[in-house]
Amino acid sequence: MNVPKIVEIKDIIKETPTVKTFIFDWEITEETPGQFMMIWNFHDEKPMSLSLIDPVKGEIGFTIRKVGKFTEALHKLEVGAQLGLRGPYGRGFEIAGLKILAVGGGVGMAPLAAFAEEASRKGVEVDLISAAATQDELLFMDRLNRTDTNLRACTDDGTYGFCGFGTDLAQKVLESNSYDMIVTCGPEVMMKKIADLAEEYEIPAQFSLERYMKCGVGICGQCCVDDVGWRICKEGPVFWSDEVKLITEFGKYRRDAAGRKEPL
Amino acid sequence: MLETEICKIKMKNPTMLAAGIMGSTAASLNWAARSGAGAVVTKSFSMELNPGYANPTTVEVTGGFINAIGLSNPGVELFKTELEKLKGLVPAVASIYGANPQEFQNVATRIEGMVDMIELNVSCPHASGGCGASIGQDPDATGQIVKAVKQAVKTPVAVKLTPNVTDIVKIAEATQKAGCDAITLINSVGPGMRIDLETAQPILHNKFGGLSGPAIKPIALRCVYDVYEAVDVPIIGVGGIRDYKDAVEFLYAGASSVQIGTAVYYEGMDVFKKICTGLENFMNRKGYDSVSEMVGKTHKT
Repeated sequence: MNVPKIVEIKDIIKETPTVKTFIFDWEITEETPGQFMMIWNFHDEKPMSLSLIDPVKGEIGFTIRKVGKFTEALHKLEVGAQLGLRGPYGRGFEIAGLKILAVGGGVGMAPLAAFAEEASRKGVEVDLISAAATQDELLFMDRLNRTDTNLRACTDDGTYGFCGFGTDLAQKVLESNSYDMIVTCGPEVMMKKIADLAEEYEIPAQFSLERYMKCGVGICGQCCVDDVGWRICKEGPVFWSDEVKLITEFGKYRRDAAGRKEPL
Repeated sequence: MLETEICKIKMKNPTMLAAGIMGSTAASLNWAARSGAGAVVTKSFSMELNPGYANPTTVEVTGGFINAIGLSNPGVELFKTELEKLKGLVPAVASIYGANPQEFQNVATRIEGMVDMIELNVSCPHASGGCGASIGQDPDATGQIVKAVKQAVKTPVAVKLTPNVTDIVKIAEATQKAGCDAITLINSVGPGMRIDLETAQPILHNKFGGLSGPAIKPIALRCVYDVYEAVDVPIIGVGGIRDYKDAVEFLYAGASSVQIGTAVYYEGMDVFKKICTGLENFMNRKGYDSVSEMVGKTHKT
């Protein structure tokens, strides 16, 4: 039933000065990387992508950047505090092919960390570009180095790894490697460039999109995208390249709580 | 076979997307049309923009959902840019709301000529600021709004009523007397609430929300049945309709067409096609040549 389940925060990992991962005991059934849950802090409820799905330990996690009132409130919570979780919802990433390029920008790394771990477990080779503004903001370096993932870090300011944007490194990597698939999550302008690269190199790609959500279950229409009308919470949040081509607002605008368009 | 007509508006089948389900953009309305809906109703909009209530705005309960979205919309002027992008695949109905006759009239005037019908939302059970059911529970206030809108526009006007009244027939009679062209029955029931066991806190941010889904179907059906006996204008039935059997019951009770809302959750956007296929098979089996033969049949038995 679509009702928040009240759970206690089991652990909090301070990932970067602005990002924390909140871990919960959870009975894993069909949770897949790319899916999201609605998190209720008893004042508001927002969608958050699953950044950890551990079927062995029975744990899930959400990696959350402090960007506004809701996320600031979450960042103040301590281990043992209660939150309501509803979901998982939406369509996650598909793991297809034998060699995958993953490109995560900023906190967009959240679902990709869960994806890389899942792909590693399945014996799929993943080259993962983790992009951040600066070294302090790079996510999951230790965690991903414990997997078989080939992690390639890059920073806008060059303080660690490749100096430049994730899209620059992706272009470089694509020039000398071949992949069966690309997956990406991050700022939409970044994903738009990845979409162009995927088309240029003729590699099928999956994109994780984000929009303002209310019901989370496909009724209210708040997260419908132009021109196809699909619901990010139901048909998405992950879409394939051929689908993203039909989402004309991709990389351009989104809608606020009242439904007004706002540029990205 | 499934063709039907309401207020001289031709529909290829009697199913409509109900107000408040998807419907906040041209894209989602066009998608519902492509998915087989015979007509589509927009999410309700008003003169000024309204961000609605904070989340949680929706929670499931036994037999359906309760919601308090709070009539969020970008305001009529921005909503018009969506109406302009409707592809005209099927008739479009604009659901509008306001707090008084003047506000309803202002919104209606601004969209005149852009839609095939206007549905007045005087029945939202979780509205604030004097909108919604606080109007629809008062026959005089409802009648004044109908009159004001009818004076201002040529577009056919339906009024969506709330079941949360002592006698819905009295309200329906008042709206007919005021000149409405059709009556939509019913808006969500209640409001109701759900409380979290761990924290003793209401789950909806607004505490209360309108109940929709299969649980309200018997109530909606009874309202259609009662109102059909009392008025001559066509009735649009809505409330808990999920399959063709539900649709048949509403037609028998007196509805000329049916709106589908929460069933989009249970059945997906295919719900319109599923209902139409089931309805067509049923009509073949029972020997009906047209939907109109079924409308109000229960009253004749």
